[in-house]
Amino acid sequence: MKIELANVSRSFGCHRVLNNVTATLEFPHTLAWIGPSGGGKSTLLRLLASLDVPDSGEIRCNGQVLPREAEARRLQRTRVGIVFQAFNLFPHLSALENTILPLQHVHGVPRAESLERAAAILRRFQLESHSHKKPAALSGGQRQRVAIARSLVTSPDLLLMDEPTSALDPEMTAEVLDVVAELRQSGAPIVLVTHEMGFARRSADLVAFVAGGGIGESGPAETFFEFPQTDICRRFLGRVLKY
Amino acid sequence: MTAFLRDTPGTPASKVAKVCVIAVLVLAYSGVCVLALTGTTANWATVWSYRATFWNGWLATMGISLAALAGSLLIGGLAALARRSDFLPLRYSAIAYIESVRGLPLVVLVLFGFYGVANAIGWHDRVAVGILVLSLFSGAYIAEMIRAGIDSVGRSQWDSADAIGLSPWQTYCYVVLPQVARQILPPLAGQFSSLIKDSSLLYIIGIHELTFAASQVNSATYSTFESFVPLGVCYLFLTLPISLWSKHLESRLRYET
Ligand SMILES: Nc1ncnc2c1ncn2[C@@H]1O[C@H](COP(=O)(O)OP(=O)(O)OP(=O)(O)O)[C@@H](O)[C@H]1O
Ligand SMILES: [Mg+2]
Repeated sequence: MKIELANVSRSFGCHRVLNNVTATLEFPHTLAWIGPSGGGKSTLLRLLASLDVPDSGEIRCNGQVLPREAEARRLQRTRVGIVFQAFNLFPHLSALENTILPLQHVHGVPRAESLERAAAILRRFQLESHSHKKPAALSGGQRQRVAIARSLVTSPDLLLMDEPTSALDPEMTAEVLDVVAELRQSGAPIVLVTHEMGFARRSADLVAFVAGGGIGESGPAETFFEFPQTDICRRFLGRVLKY
Repeated sequence: MTAFLRDTPGTPASKVAKVCVIAVLVLAYSGVCVLALTGTTANWATVWSYRATFWNGWLATMGISLAALAGSLLIGGLAALARRSDFLPLRYSAIAYIESVRGLPLVVLVLFGFYGVANAIGWHDRVAVGILVLSLFSGAYIAEMIRAGIDSVGRSQWDSADAIGLSPWQTYCYVVLPQVARQILPPLAGQFSSLIKDSSLLYIIGIHELTFAASQVNSATYSTFESFVPLGVCYLFLTLPISLWSKHLESRLRYET
């Protein structure tokens, strides 16, 4: 997987969150984004997800430029899976119905086949006994696993996750991270925003540090944590790895 | 004894107490009614012979209210969408409609709509004008209910719908409206009950609904009491079940969320 950013800028009002970001990120399977709060990780991920467009500059995924026009962006989104921090699921639908929705209504898969594929993926994530529950009846960890199942059921080319565990307690965090780690074996490349440094170190191929309006530095997980290049990254790691 | 009759959050009254109190009150109030009525020369037999008039009026009230409910749902839904439109002329028109209608008494709308507008353009179908005025009136309130319902669907739901690639239209269909519908069903039931009561005002433009029927019976029989008691009962017969149903829906919604 190769992500190229060329002079990407994005501002909200007069606050320039991304300032002329230029970077090339190439990784076999998992890319982790870390960085201080407000550094622009989510903003960057939303651009990559085609949920938002940069004010200027362009982004390429495997050489293909991401579209700017609304309907083309929607089509692009049907090819990526996206998981947010929380509230991914639709509260009026059961876990199974949530998983069927994109298959049936976005990808036009017939109802019977949608049902089969949705049930199969929930089984794969050990969620079959919960498939008829509404989100309110699921634990936080189960909800995030259903959200991951729903984002994968359409076989996306890329899976994007924005802090999928930061609303969870440690036990549920482990439960969800196990699933993410397992996706290495099979499936699409992953870009993951995370505060779980241990996980980034063990499971990511490439780690990128997002702060101060851009991508500060990036490197393979082992060397990134051992030998941070910049002062700002060293200070950040010093703070978050202290406890 | 007074402890038995009290219902406080700390010590709720027993079921037995509640049933007893209701039974005694019903007996007492009916006793008062019977005593008050035995002295008068009630004219129930004459009024009974006008039951067909009441029945037709009741049917008309039902029909007008149901038609106005359908009409106001349509108008309210469109106005709520227009109210949220990013196209300014549409949004401001919706605001003007909603706020001006909500700021006017229904009588004024009925009189103005019928004598001021419908008559002026030569439209003399009272029932149709009545239904339209009621729909426009109630539509403004329903628009606000729907708008509040849509606003209560969080930002994250729109994001998730975008994330899985639903089109804007599909997002309304599969994500927003089902949640709005559950949210607004209780107030909507209440609005239907209001429509039934408000339709009584249409009698001032001579529509033969329930209240009109009762006043007709009254002037034919000179028995005011015997004409208007059935009138009240007929309205309560419609509005009480709806009000109870609305309360039930409300409590169910509270338990679900
Ligand atoms: N839609 C928006 N409107 C206005 N400001 C925004 C918007 N989205 C993000 N911002 C601002 O942009 C900055 C970067 O936000 P972003 O969410 O990308 O940070 P982050 O790195 O994901 O932080 P966190 O770790 O807290 O999630 C923040 O200061 C935020 O207030
Ligand atoms: Mg964020």
